[in-house]
Amino acid sequence: MKLQGNRIRGPVYVLGDNIDTDLIIPAHFLNLVPTIPDEYRKLGSHAMAGLPDSYPPFVTPGTDQAPYPIMIAGSNFGCGSSREHAPIALGAAGVQAVVAQTYARIFFRNAVATGELYPLESADRLCDVFKTGDEAEIDMAASTVRHRGTGIVYRLRDLGAVKPVIEAGGLFGYARSTGMIGGKGPAA
Amino acid sequence: MSATITEKILGKAAGRSKVDPGDNIWVEVDVLLTHDVCGPGTIGVFQREFGAKARVWNREKVVIIPDHYIYTKDEKAHRNVDTLRTFVREQGLPHFYDPGTPRYKGVCHVALPEEGHVRPGEVIFGTDSHTCTHGALGAFATGIGNTDAGFIMGTGKLLIKVPETRRFVLNKTLPKGVSAKDVILRIIGDIGVDGATYQAMEFTGDAIAAMDVEERMTICNMAIEAGGKSGIIAPDDKTLAWVKARTKQPFVPVTGDPDAAVTASHTYDASTFEPCVACPHLPSNYATARSKRDIRIDRAYIGSCTGGKLGDFMMAARILKGHTVKVPTFIVPATAQVAEGLLRETIDGRNLVEIFAEAGCEDVAPASCAACLGGPVDTIGRTSGKEVVVSTTNRNFIGRMGSKDAPIYLASPMTAAASAIAGHIADPRDYL
Ligand code: SF4
Repeated sequence: MKLQGNRIRGPVYVLGDNIDTDLIIPAHFLNLVPTIPDEYRKLGSHAMAGLPDSYPPFVTPGTDQAPYPIMIAGSNFGCGSSREHAPIALGAAGVQAVVAQTYARIFFRNAVATGELYPLESADRLCDVFKTGDEAEIDMAASTVRHRGTGIVYRLRDLGAVKPVIEAGGLFGYARSTGMIGGKGPAA
Repeated sequence: MSATITEKILGKAAGRSKVDPGDNIWVEVDVLLTHDVCGPGTIGVFQREFGAKARVWNREKVVIIPDHYIYTKDEKAHRNVDTLRTFVREQGLPHFYDPGTPRYKGVCHVALPEEGHVRPGEVIFGTDSHTCTHGALGAFATGIGNTDAGFIMGTGKLLIKVPETRRFVLNKTLPKGVSAKDVILRIIGDIGVDGATYQAMEFTGDAIAAMDVEERMTICNMAIEAGGKSGIIAPDDKTLAWVKARTKQPFVPVTGDPDAAVTASHTYDASTFEPCVACPHLPSNYATARSKRDIRIDRAYIGSCTGGKLGDFMMAARILKGHTVKVPTFIVPATAQVAEGLLRETIDGRNLVEIFAEAGCEDVAPASCAACLGGPVDTIGRTSGKEVVVSTTNRNFIGRMGSKDAPIYLASPMTAAASAIAGHIADPRDYL
């Protein structure tokens, strides 16, 4: 995980329900291979390129980075394709956590397996509380997210069985830490 | 203790006598499927984590079927297929269906069972969400990302959560003009796009028993559109005959216990089903075809792993025969074998290629995913403007077939064909 320390702080980008993987990274960018560093960055530059033009730009135009370390959404985030390009595009653009009400299974799993971002869940419908650009602060240890404008603190759901996988930095780190596979993994 | 078919298959793959929904278990993998869009990234993960010289865990169990971006000038798409070729050569993999050679197939989810890689009772993972298709043959099959697939390549194992089962019982007989696509669109309409999240969707009952294997594949293919982890249909004599005609490999079919507990059960009277569409932009936006007659269309598209099998084209051809289409109508066979079938199968002495040509459809396209997922800008059938499309594919998300401004109505092959003739969404029973 890229997380430095215990907190993620910054402006949020807010979306509704059923944000599908074609919105997150449209298919014509799937010729990019995420394990090639230059193409990983390009995927970041196209994050959320499938959103209709009525939405504010997600990635800062002319760059490969979004100014939003946190994305907030409704239910069934990441539905659709198994393309790992989706959590990777968000992670490459600088998103560190998504806070949604619920996730589609494969997206959630890919986010955990890659360690690209934290797929967090809130019981409250935070996409109705936050507006794009509002400042939020996630406290991972306390399992909360705070609206820095109103000061209101919202609880995040317990990560449950996937917590050790996330803490190990993804599937490979977890499998190594439990002795499931050997080796130290990539030098980087 | 009794168990569902899904619990039994996963228990067997985990070497355990019993598993329960919610258990996190390591399972042994029988087949790992990948394609040109996710294969190169999977290989990248595999080599990064296990080393550049690592060998796949079992050469017989890795199946690579390029299908997404084949007929395009896009250079990266070609580079990606070359990456697969290099890997296949280095590893000596026997199951590679290389574009441009007689072995090329087309859409992986139709090719995988065609080539005998899907066997009842086995565990199949694929780097594609529609891997759930293969539950139609009584296998546990689900989609995964590149990281999980890279892990399987090295170890032959994956850590998964045993899903709950949500059962759908379809009693009685489907009416004329109604097919598997109408069944699954109605079910998704009823339970919603996240109605079966994390769950195995199990389909049973007279109407399922009456369906041929291809129609069952259409149903399981769209389990993911309700959030399902898998779709599954217990193997019967039809399944076994179909599979044995395609593989010599031994397999042990698994069935569930009739009294096994499930999380939820939905019972339908199949005789009440109607030809339908899913309106933009979600597969759950169910409406009867008749109620949407005022929707004018600009294009019809018959293809994909959902609606591009030989049986799908037979259904479409029966409607189209003797009529002329009012809008450009794309005919995209899923695989080369389906394309051969279009020349072989006849209705009243005319083969399907002739029937489509006489109805004024576009020339039959080469087998691939084509515009089902948009793809590179030069993809056959890709939308580029505000075209209203009626399509036999499985997703109608914004921009799915290319243009963000082109609304997609999902439909059965018969409804798509009837709509092409009418120039608006139409009920195929008016043309039977
Ligand atoms: S035909 Fe469409 S849904 Fe099926 S594998 Fe290809 S892109 Fe995916």
